[in-house]
Amino acid sequence: MEKAGKEFIKKPPFTFFQKIGQGTIRFINTLGGITIFFFLSFINIFRRKQIREIINQVYYIGATSSLIVMLVALFTGMVLGLQLFYTLVKFGSVGALGSAISLSLIRELGPVLTAIMITARAGSAMTAEIGILRISEQIDALYTMRINPVRYLISPRIAASIVSFPLLTSFFDIVGMIGGYITGVILLGTNGGTYLYRIQASINMVDVRGGFIKSIVFAIIVSTICCYQGYYCHTRSDGYGAKAVGLATISAVVLSCVMILIADYVVTSFLM
Amino acid sequence: METPLIEFVKVTKRFGDKTVLNNIDLKIYGNQITTIIGKSGTGKSVLLKHIIGLLEPDEGEVLFQGRAINRMNRKEKDAYKSRVSYLFQNNALFDSMTVFENVAFPLIQTTDLGKREIKERVMKRMEELELTDALDKYPSELSGGMQKRVALARALITDPEIVLFDEPTTGQDPIRKNMILSMITHYKKKFGFTAVMISHDIPDVFFISDRIIILWDGRIGFEGTYEEAKKVNIPLIDEFLRSLEGFEDELTGLISREVFRVRYSTILGGPVVPLKVSAVLFSIRISLLEETIGPQKTMEVLRMLGEYINTRFSPIGAFSARYSRDEILTIFPHTDVEEAEQLVYEFAQELKDKVLANIKLVSEKKVGEEPCFDIHIHGGVVDVSSSDTIDQIVEKARARQRIIAIHRCENGR
Repeated sequence: MEKAGKEFIKKPPFTFFQKIGQGTIRFINTLGGITIFFFLSFINIFRRKQIREIINQVYYIGATSSLIVMLVALFTGMVLGLQLFYTLVKFGSVGALGSAISLSLIRELGPVLTAIMITARAGSAMTAEIGILRISEQIDALYTMRINPVRYLISPRIAASIVSFPLLTSFFDIVGMIGGYITGVILLGTNGGTYLYRIQASINMVDVRGGFIKSIVFAIIVSTICCYQGYYCHTRSDGYGAKAVGLATISAVVLSCVMILIADYVVTSFLM
Repeated sequence: METPLIEFVKVTKRFGDKTVLNNIDLKIYGNQITTIIGKSGTGKSVLLKHIIGLLEPDEGEVLFQGRAINRMNRKEKDAYKSRVSYLFQNNALFDSMTVFENVAFPLIQTTDLGKREIKERVMKRMEELELTDALDKYPSELSGGMQKRVALARALITDPEIVLFDEPTTGQDPIRKNMILSMITHYKKKFGFTAVMISHDIPDVFFISDRIIILWDGRIGFEGTYEEAKKVNIPLIDEFLRSLEGFEDELTGLISREVFRVRYSTILGGPVVPLKVSAVLFSIRISLLEETIGPQKTMEVLRMLGEYINTRFSPIGAFSARYSRDEILTIFPHTDVEEAEQLVYEFAQELKDKVLANIKLVSEKKVGEEPCFDIHIHGGVVDVSSSDTIDQIVEKARARQRIIAIHRCENGR
């Protein structure tokens, strides 16, 4: 009787404002969750028995991503060299090619493109790996063994990202400048000495520091979002099991890339 | 009145609209094996996860020695968790680690033991579970049964005081099923831990359990000892237990106890009651044997004994079933005690010549450096009257048991 009665009680349709309210609450909840998740992970970086796992992750996130990052850097530098050469020729300022390439790379392109490349390569893998650990109860198993899953799984990845992102960014910058040299000097015939002198003369410590600050901020954003998405993939309402892991990986990559660009603007505006 | 080690007080757990545990009151006592039985999806694993703290109740409390687990501070919770271990239903092995790394992992992460000591402890446990050939393999390279044993090794490596087993025998062959159950009893005796187990291996699990809990539609359908479970008079539960038991004992190939009971009732309660009926209770001292040749070989001995009894006595119309872990009861219709004594004597002679020699061969590999062990097979013959219950027959036969066949240590040690 009670069951039959329930069928007649229709749920009220969601109004436009209800949907906005629900979305806002969910967004704030997630934001709060991610913040707490990051702080808990960060604190646990400094616990015992972490070094070995952090080194493993530095290898996995940093060392194995270096080749692809440098390849992207080389072609980015070469394209920059090509575009800027023809632009600067119009103004008779080809001599400023070295300055333009190096500053673009160190201030903006280096940190942003490196972060996006690592997100695509290591960030997605982080989400998928942690997601699989979650759905196969391996994270629960850690908990039952008195091993804090955040300490064992998340903290080393965040620490390794904080170490790897700036290092890979610096590789990106150097290789990018070499790419610019190949196009500008070797292929298009700009003076090599001028190119190198302009780089040396125009780069200040402020630019380098700014680039590193950005890369550290991106490291925190990417690693936290990717780990969070994987760690809580079982709570998703749009899919379960393997599908949830897939959806979490998509969310992690998309959200990380968007957040990198937003954070880039915010950090740049503070640094200027 | 004994204080429970773990107690559920009016625990309710819901997942969305579904109430999985509904106002449950439950007590688990120390140094006992408590088995939880129930249909799929009745919340057995959920109940177990509440004990370890993986889930928290929506209403009510789970108490450990009188303290609510969800209200413990971090230090207390850590101390509590150090005493508990959990064997997952799907094993939850770390698939990127080798078998050795999986088993050593809790020791590496939670203790300050040196590499050498960790290796020694892991190797010891691996040998006990016959996993030494799989040390460098990854879980995905192992069979389901081996994965289960690796998970068992990992659960026991820290010598926990409370072990929660979520279907530890699933996917195992009959010998290994019994071996795992034997191991649980063996380690329970050795280390004195409390075991809470989800299992459907009836009757084997009944033989080793001190208490049985039947979960039924989110509530406790039955809670008590095996003896009390036998008298349970709730039709649905009774039917469920019978369906789990099946028609045949997986280990020995003998008929199940339920089939045995029906056959016994048919013979002695039928229109034509045989004039002479006798019974024999065979047994081996399983715990002594386990100490010497290990649980797996002991189960093989038991299997061989069961098979041999079956092939020897079935053709003459007798029927047998495993009454307890190491006792086999055979009923001889149309046979008096003297005839039964003679049959047992002949059986014992053959047993010495054929079966025990086989057992020696089976055991040699396992025993290795210590080939000296005795196997005593006991038998007790009794007369059966139409008013005797099976329990009464067993009681009488136990009192008349004597050694009928011995395999002696042959090295003169």
